[in-house]
Amino acid sequence: MNTTVRAEPVEALPAGPGLRQTQPERWSGQWRTAAAIVAVAVALAFVPMLGLPAFYDSLLYLILHWIVLATSWNILSGYTGYFSFGHGAFFGAGLYTSATLMARLDWPFLATLPMAALVACVLGLGVGAIVFRVKGIRGEVFALLTLAVTFVLGTVIVNTPIDGGNGVSLAAVAVPRIGPTASSTFYLLALAAAALTLLVAWAISVTKLGAGLFAIHDDEDAAEVMGVPTYRYKLIALAISCALAGLAGGIHALFLNYVTVGEVFTITVPLTVVLMSVLGGSRHWAGPAIGAVAITLLLYSFTAANHAVAGKAMVGVVLIAAILFMPEGVLPRLQRLLMRRGRAPAVVPVATVEPSRGAEPAAGQGDVLLRATRLAKSFRGVQALAGVDVEVRRGEILGLLGPNGSGKSTFINVVSGHYVPSGGSIVFEGQELAGREAHRIARAGIARTYQIPRPFGGQSVLDNVALAALFGGGLGSPAAARREAMTWLAFAGLQDKAHARPDELNLHQRKFLELARALASRPRLVLLDEVLCGLTPAEIDAAVALVRRIRDQGATVVFVEHVMRAVMALTDRVVVFDHGELLAEGSPAEVMQRPEVMFAYLGQAHASERSDA
Amino acid sequence: MTWPSATLLAQSVLSGVFVGALYGLLGLGLSLSWGLLRLINLAHFAFAFLAAYLCYQMATMGMDALATLLVIVPLFFAIGAALHWAMARFSITPFNSLLLTFGLTGIIEALIQSIWTADFRKLESAYGEHRFKVAGLFVPLPELITLLLAVGLSFAVWAVLRYTDLGRALRASAEDPAVAAAFGINQRRNALLLAGTCSALAGVAGVCLALGFTLAPSQIYAWIGVVFAAVMLGGLGRALAPLAAGVVIGVSEAVTMAVTAPSWAPLVSFTLLIAILLFRPGRAA
Repeated sequence: MNTTVRAEPVEALPAGPGLRQTQPERWSGQWRTAAAIVAVAVALAFVPMLGLPAFYDSLLYLILHWIVLATSWNILSGYTGYFSFGHGAFFGAGLYTSATLMARLDWPFLATLPMAALVACVLGLGVGAIVFRVKGIRGEVFALLTLAVTFVLGTVIVNTPIDGGNGVSLAAVAVPRIGPTASSTFYLLALAAAALTLLVAWAISVTKLGAGLFAIHDDEDAAEVMGVPTYRYKLIALAISCALAGLAGGIHALFLNYVTVGEVFTITVPLTVVLMSVLGGSRHWAGPAIGAVAITLLLYSFTAANHAVAGKAMVGVVLIAAILFMPEGVLPRLQRLLMRRGRAPAVVPVATVEPSRGAEPAAGQGDVLLRATRLAKSFRGVQALAGVDVEVRRGEILGLLGPNGSGKSTFINVVSGHYVPSGGSIVFEGQELAGREAHRIARAGIARTYQIPRPFGGQSVLDNVALAALFGGGLGSPAAARREAMTWLAFAGLQDKAHARPDELNLHQRKFLELARALASRPRLVLLDEVLCGLTPAEIDAAVALVRRIRDQGATVVFVEHVMRAVMALTDRVVVFDHGELLAEGSPAEVMQRPEVMFAYLGQAHASERSDA
Repeated sequence: MTWPSATLLAQSVLSGVFVGALYGLLGLGLSLSWGLLRLINLAHFAFAFLAAYLCYQMATMGMDALATLLVIVPLFFAIGAALHWAMARFSITPFNSLLLTFGLTGIIEALIQSIWTADFRKLESAYGEHRFKVAGLFVPLPELITLLLAVGLSFAVWAVLRYTDLGRALRASAEDPAVAAAFGINQRRNALLLAGTCSALAGVAGVCLALGFTLAPSQIYAWIGVVFAAVMLGGLGRALAPLAAGVVIGVSEAVTMAVTAPSWAPLVSFTLLIAILLFRPGRAA
């Protein structure tokens, strides 16, 4: 690849003025996209004036209809990776809401559209509230669950007076005169819906919500630990996705004029939108729209030429080819081609000054920052932590030692909220944290690293760090978070790799990325889980210096480690765990001399040998 | 709603067992491929329908309907093995296998439609005319054949998985491919063998479909939901489970139809599926 020859876009600028100069530039760049969507929509609104034959209106309507459905599906499924096969249910809920209100209650067509969106949205929230609570629900299970919801809903509707088994006829409902003809009215409505959907999808992708959703896609656990409220974000994405699908359904009800369950609650809608998004590229807001245009035109051209069957086969061929040769979709492929033509990524200025947080570290030095009392965690009867009492004092580096399986990592996992403790309490700055969700703990000021680095593979190194600043650090905008992230990348010595993908980094760099990510939320307490494991002696020296600098700029550090040299050099105090219990506590030199500690580490024979020496 | 007579109810249960056996037979190959190969083969249903149409074609040309198995089983074994070879060649993830085989389903549907048209087709075989009465209940011969085939094949697969070296190797590979390979298991050959077997099972299910049901290309999709429900209710990669789960679903559907209306039947299987997925999501792991 071209990583070694790529011109480095990052420049070292002094902190102050450089930052302010770039901000308006970034914003104008962002708004340009929104303006472009609106401008294209406005321009397309004049198409009915051309007086084209009605069937063009209908073809264009169908393209826009599928743009709305595919793009709305992508807001949940493309961004977070939870592939829903239930889009037909939400689309159908909107369609039947609109149809029922028009046919049975004589509502005017336009008034039914907000209700269609609302009903679909509420249905989505209901499904999501249940489904997303299931721990560890995986992609395939989510897909099947949502598909099953489609058939259940269809069965209920066909058997109740909503449909009655015969379908609902809307022949008596008047089509509002928005365009010169009925077909142009549908076209204009679908155009408005498509513009709205694309604007929403774009806006999500450039704001905090989108950053959180993309992180969920890459590693949901790590995202939660960085402070992303994953449950709430998935629900919000599903609600928006469903509301837009419901809107498309509401419009489509009158377009069809006669609605039946058999044509709506099928597997065709979800599979078509999946196909469109996968083809276009599901990580980009515009990907599904590109796929929708391509597939609709492809199907149409075959139908028009009386080769509908061949069209169906062709869609299958396109899908297979896309998955085999372009698993990321057409749009990312194109983007990468354009990038290679020398368009450098956006320049982010970097502050080379050491980040500091003013007077904070001096205040309250030495008092208890975190107190764990009788903290316990058991897994189906195995006691990983059997009620330990640990105090972490403000401003110290506390070493957490113990042989493998002694409960060190469990301690970190419980304190960071990854596991719910089975008993005991964790008080951090006066707040009780035990049992809180991980993202709240992150927001409270605790960050952690993973022993095996878990970067978000689909995002640049810079965005990886920016995510922690955005959520754990509580910053408002991705642009501000990127600026903050840049200072922490510089702190960890990774500023040259800001625009690289995590998989281009070596292990040592990935460990430092973990550190930068943990620091970017400006935590008061950093939990480091074996950051030195697997590094060479020279790299260990660099990491030790870095950990010292982390403490010096104000954070308290809990340091799980096996490398004794580093423990001795760094820690102010150590606690030793064995079999889930607290074995010893004190200064490192003194604790490591104790016979019970040597025994736990080395076994009886070696321990006595050492104490003889 | 009124409770039907005891005879009607018994007849419903019996027909539920028969249709459940077909759910189980269709689910068997799906479950093995998902559980042991980590590939979700949506095209399984298309294969079954292709086999059904081939059976229909050969039978109308004068061949005995069951004798077509001699052609269909080896043919579909080869198709399944070839498909697996291609998917392994591109190292497809489970989710992408779902999408890819959906594409394949569309192609096969179009193929069927262009050869046999979208009209309904019904195989008129000698078997269809035989039905006998046992204890006041009608037992149609095609359905009985399906039941016997489903039970026989499920037990055969179960015995192979449990008692042979090949079965042990397959289960070991599913649990930990790397370790299994380190112990000298030839995974590529075993996987091809298994994928071929799954498709051959789809072929057998297709012949049963042709014997007992009216065929139309669009019907491919009608079976997906309920068979997936049976597979997940039973648990993945287990030989007897799809049959047992299929019969449970078939009977509950048939009773629902008898007690309420036929159109309520899908509610049973899908509510069951939702409940399993919510309360036992580990089943799909």
